[in-house]
Amino acid sequence: MIALRTSKEIRDGSYVNLGIGIPTLISDWIQGRDIVLQSEIGMLKTGPLAFGEEVDQDLINASCQAVTELRGASYFDIFESFNMIRGGHIDVVVVGAYQGGGKGDCAVSSNCARGMGAIGGIGGSMDLCAGTTNLFIAMEHTTRDGEPRIVRELTYPATARGKVRMVFTDLAVIEVTPPGLILKEVFPGLSPEDIQSVTEPVLIVAEDLKEMEL
Amino acid sequence: MNKVFPSTEEALADLEDGATIAIAGFFFAGVPRVLLEAIVAKGVKNLVLACGCGALTGAPEERAQLVRNRQIRKLIDSYPFYRSATKGMEDPLEQAVRAGEIEVEIYPMGTLAEKYRAAGAGIPAFYTPTGVGSPVEERVISNSPVPAVSKESRMFDERQYILELALHTDFAFVHAYQGDSEGNLRYRKTANNFNHVMATAGRITIAEVENLVKPGEIPPDEIHTPGIYVQRVLKVPRPEYKIAFG
Repeated sequence: MIALRTSKEIRDGSYVNLGIGIPTLISDWIQGRDIVLQSEIGMLKTGPLAFGEEVDQDLINASCQAVTELRGASYFDIFESFNMIRGGHIDVVVVGAYQGGGKGDCAVSSNCARGMGAIGGIGGSMDLCAGTTNLFIAMEHTTRDGEPRIVRELTYPATARGKVRMVFTDLAVIEVTPPGLILKEVFPGLSPEDIQSVTEPVLIVAEDLKEMEL
Repeated sequence: MNKVFPSTEEALADLEDGATIAIAGFFFAGVPRVLLEAIVAKGVKNLVLACGCGALTGAPEERAQLVRNRQIRKLIDSYPFYRSATKGMEDPLEQAVRAGEIEVEIYPMGTLAEKYRAAGAGIPAFYTPTGVGSPVEERVISNSPVPAVSKESRMFDERQYILELALHTDFAFVHAYQGDSEGNLRYRKTANNFNHVMATAGRITIAEVENLVKPGEIPPDEIHTPGIYVQRVLKVPRPEYKIAFG
């Protein structure tokens, strides 16, 4: 459902990179739309997951899943891939973050959970966050224990600072702006107070606040 | 030129303890498995393995043996561990890292790609916006007990960039779908990933190829890695594996 709402925010004609986790589900919702997926391993126009006979061992995505190619796809090496990513050629990047900070920071890795400090996998997450002008977070609003994931200051190691534009969760749609976080949409039946109760930074309630259309 | 070697033993005759070897591959795609097996068989130690994105994760048997035999001194990668924390806690490689037996250096993937490219391109260092505001900005992410040197950064057009250095290696092990005796290589689909940039960065690049063809059989404008970057070529069977990642 988070994936569905996020997919509606992506305009036709966009080049998009979807991070691991919830963002990969967005690919189901954009099938048939004029949106091109870039895969950081070195591919444009990545198609849906491959199964059975379709599996080609030389054709995987960045999450190491076997995928298919769409007509018009291209392959290139890792240098070319990060050229596109770091050079700002990707229109929208959606990351599944662990936390989002009040000023547009995000923490995309769960290294803390393994007790090795900052040692852990980074992958392409930092490049993806640094390179794009439209960074979206698609994540659950709280942890399994009900703790807010939208916090004033990150407690997980930061992946990037000040780059997040929109946050899509199972409860709300929030826009990150210089004055602060604007609550734009709420899950049907919820009030702004409900959302604020599980969000650390004070939310600015949009004048045109509405319910999510799903 | 005939760069084809008849066996891995001969191709690796000058591989010694302490070498830095770039290992291509992105998880399961494009990993030089036969050359990894050969390192295990040869028993060279104190190796620095410079990977791109989890090449060892894509060669689980070789990964386990290299760790068991204590052949790895240091591992450079952007994503060396399993994604699942539970699987990671049981993983001998991760355990060796936690115990300080294997040193790791972790870089963002784009930075790592550019380090190999810069090395091959004769560019000693470069500035990148990646990692500003993150732990990567101050120093290399490493489990080394010796504190790493601080990284430099500077502003261009009111935006901050981090200075990163080129990464040269003694050897580069690459894997290609097709190769000829001149060392020209062509990759298949996403199995290129780090292969080309590492081929340019290694002082001695050894390419294992699934299809050894005559020069001219790969159409000249379909060559991905021109032979100038490749010193040795080995014919290997096309690997069979199941893609399984955790």
